[in-house]
Amino acid sequence: MKLNREEIQRVAMLARLRLTAEEEERFTEQLDKILQYMDKLNQLDTSEVQPLAHAVDIVNAFREDKVTNRPNVDALLANAPARDETFFRVPKIIE
Amino acid sequence: MNPPALTLHEAADLLRQRELSSKQLTAAVFDRIAATDDKVHSYITLCRDSALEQAKAADERLKQDQNSHPLLGIPLAIKDNFLTLGIRTTCASKILGDFIPPYDCTAISKIRIAGAVITGKTNLDEFAMGSSAENSAFFPTRNPWRADRVPGGSSGGSAAAVAADQCIAALGTDTGGSIRQPAGCCGIVGLKPTYGRVSRYGIIAFASSMDQVGPMTKDVRDCALMLEAIAGHDPADSTSVNRPVPPYSEGLTGDIKGLRLGIPKEYFVSGMQPEVEQALRQAVRLLEQNGAVIEEISLPHTEYAIAVYYIVATAEASSNLARYDGMRYGYRARGKDLTETYMLSRQEGFGPEVKRRIMLGTYVLSAGYYDAYYLKAQQVRALIKKDFEEAFQRVDAIITPTAPTTAFKIGEKTQDPLQMYLSDIYTISINLAGLPALSLPCGFDSDALPIGMQIIGKHFAESTILGVAYSYEQSTDWHKRKPQL
Repeated sequence: MKLNREEIQRVAMLARLRLTAEEEERFTEQLDKILQYMDKLNQLDTSEVQPLAHAVDIVNAFREDKVTNRPNVDALLANAPARDETFFRVPKIIE
Repeated sequence: MNPPALTLHEAADLLRQRELSSKQLTAAVFDRIAATDDKVHSYITLCRDSALEQAKAADERLKQDQNSHPLLGIPLAIKDNFLTLGIRTTCASKILGDFIPPYDCTAISKIRIAGAVITGKTNLDEFAMGSSAENSAFFPTRNPWRADRVPGGSSGGSAAAVAADQCIAALGTDTGGSIRQPAGCCGIVGLKPTYGRVSRYGIIAFASSMDQVGPMTKDVRDCALMLEAIAGHDPADSTSVNRPVPPYSEGLTGDIKGLRLGIPKEYFVSGMQPEVEQALRQAVRLLEQNGAVIEEISLPHTEYAIAVYYIVATAEASSNLARYDGMRYGYRARGKDLTETYMLSRQEGFGPEVKRRIMLGTYVLSAGYYDAYYLKAQQVRALIKKDFEEAFQRVDAIITPTAPTTAFKIGEKTQDPLQMYLSDIYTISINLAGLPALSLPCGFDSDALPIGMQIIGKHFAESTILGVAYSYEQSTDWHKRKPQL
C-alpha cells in the first residue's frame, strides 16, 4: 500500500475538498492502484535528464501594463453568488 | 438536398451560389437536432433564436460580398468549455451550472467575426476529464452509430453532433486525446493543432501545458478551413505562438509522393482490437500506393506516457481548479465558516472523476512527493519528446491507430479509472510533446463502428498531416458513411 486513509484526508484538506467516508475509502483504493501503476517510471534512470514543463519553446511575453476594463464591473459581478453593489460578498475571513 | 448532411465547403459553395440560404440551412440543422437529440444527447444548451438571427445577418452579408469568409452563415457546435458571451457555459459541471460568461474566448471571437452561426454548446466529460463523455454532470452522450456505445471523450458531444448531422462542423479541445479519440469513435475528422497554434484565451483550463483547441469536421477540407479560421497569435494567450497561418485548405493537393511515413513498432502491441490493426495495415498500404515511403520507427518511451500524463495533467488540473472556491462565480454552498464554505462548495460542485484528479494532482505536488512523482514525470516527458524528435529526423509524419479499440460500451470502464486512462494510450504522448495530430476514419469493425487512424506531424506541420489525410480520404469513402438514426 502506498496510500492510507490518513494520507487521503491530509490531501483532501490541502485541496479544500470534503469527502464522504465512502469517497475516502474508494479514493484510497483507487489512487493507491493508480500510484502503483505510476511506479513504472522508476524503471528509468533520469538522473541526467532536464525536466520539461512545456513542449514548445516559449519566451516571456511582455505587453504594456494598460487598463482596458474589459469586461466591465457589472458583467464580471453578474455571476457572483452574492454581491454588494460593486463588491463580491464573501464569508467573514478575519475573526 | 439534405442540408444538415452537407460538409462545410459544400454548404459554403451553395450559400454563394444562392442555392441555399443560411437561414434555411440553420433551420434544417435545428429540425435535425429536434429529430435526433433525444437519442444522442449531444447538446447541453441550444441557441436556436440567436442562431436564426445570426443566420439572417449572414444572409445579408452574403448578398453584399461573394468573397466573404467560408465560415459565414455556417452552423457550428461548440464544446461547452469555450467561454461564449451571454451563452451559459457549464463545462458539464454543477459548479458552473448557471455560469454565463461575460466575454467570448478568442476562438469564438474569431468565428463570430467570420460570421459563423453558433447552434449551441455540446456535452463533455466534466472539465474535459474523461474518454467517454460519461463524466458529464448532466447526462451521457450516446454514439450515433450505436446507442449502447460511448461517443468517446472528452469532446463527445461535439463529435456526436458532427456525426449525427446536428451541425455542419464543431469545435473541441484536446488535452490528452479529447478531440482525436471521440473523432475516431464517431467516424469524423478531428485535429489537435500544435501547442500554441490556437489561442487558449477563454477556454476553461484543465492542464495548461497541454490544452489545445481544434476542429471536428466531416472531412479533411473542412478541417483545414476551420483551422485557418481559429489559428494565430493572440496577445491574450502568452503561450500562443507568433507565426504566420498558412492557407491550409489551398495546400490540399493529394500529392504525397516521396513523403516518408513512420509506423511506430511500440504502438502495435497486445491489447489492440484485431480489426483496428487490420484496418490500419490496409490504410498504410493505401498510403504507400499513393506514393508515400513507409518506414518502421521506434518510440521507446511509449509505455511510460500514460503514467507521465496522469501525473502532469492532474498536477496542473489541481492547481487550475483551485479557482472554484464559490467566491466570485460558480456554485457556493453554505458552510459555518470560510474553510467549510470552500470545502462544501467543492464537494457538492465537483463530480467523482474531477475529485479523483484533484486528489491525485494535489498528492503528486505535495511536500515529500513532488520529486518522486511530478519532477520524475517532467523528466520522462523530456524523454518522450526526444523520442519524437529523433523519429522526425527520419520521417515526415507518423501513422498510428487513434485508439486501441472502437467505441466501448456505456458503463464498461466507469468503475475502473485506470482502464479508462489506458484507452488514451495512442493520443496522450502527442500532447506531452506538443505535436499536431489528426484522426480520420479508416474503416469499420464487425459491429459497424468506425475505426480511427491518427496522423502525427512535426511542430507546426499541420499542412503535412492534413495533406496525408487528404490523400487517404481522396482514395476512400469511409467519411461519406452516415449513421442510421
